[in-house]
Amino acid sequence: MAGPVRRSRRGGGFDIRISGRERDALATLPETLRTVLSSGDAGDPVARRLFPSAYLDDEAASREFDDVVHDDLLERRLAAIATFERTIRADHVTEDELVDWLAALNDLRLVLGVRLAVTEESTAADFDGDEETETAFELYRYLSYLEEHVVEALSA
Amino acid sequence: MRMAQTAPVETERPTGDEDVVPDLPWIVIVWNDPINLMSYVVYVFQKLFGYPREKATTLMLDVHQKGRAVVSTGPREQAEFDVARLHAHGLWATMQKDR
Repeated sequence: MAGPVRRSRRGGGFDIRISGRERDALATLPETLRTVLSSGDAGDPVARRLFPSAYLDDEAASREFDDVVHDDLLERRLAAIATFERTIRADHVTEDELVDWLAALNDLRLVLGVRLAVTEESTAADFDGDEETETAFELYRYLSYLEEHVVEALSA
Repeated sequence: MRMAQTAPVETERPTGDEDVVPDLPWIVIVWNDPINLMSYVVYVFQKLFGYPREKATTLMLDVHQKGRAVVSTGPREQAEFDVARLHAHGLWATMQKDR
């Protein structure tokens, strides 16, 4: 069975075979990520996860490191989301575009995962009860599925 | 002790290795987290460090099972570069002097 992402038989690049409903769900996400990235709240656990400290026990060195790399890191993240957003409806993407998909999907999983405080053992049952949380976890799992296939396609 | 000022003529000669005492190398550590996919972590180790799949998989399993793994070693600048690239890929990486 062919997965949702696979290397094109000819002409290079990759075919994306996911439904319109899935693409609709994906299309809501870039804005979420941009909002998180532009919030500028360095104390937010999501921000700390996307921009971790480089040194465990040297705050000054970590700050210095962050001063140097933060803007570049932010720019790269925004560029990947922009590519992802632009190609969300595409049936075919280039390798560079798929690499950006991977970056965007992984960042989105980090955002959702930190917000939901998932563990390696998390199951849907842990998020029962609250509709918003349930939906978020469903989306998280869908992103995991899609990312798994993107990694597989890029590694093949 | 002025006489000592003539000494550098001797020591500045770019001869053997013994006049260069290298700093302790820096190590880059990747820490386990509950979010990143195992396959993704292997992919990132291969892509960033050019490790063969087997080595990348072993490192990923160390991260997963032992909680951390040293993924690269070198001078400080190299370690900073690696940490920045790992952060760009969403991995939780830190650096420290090897002890």
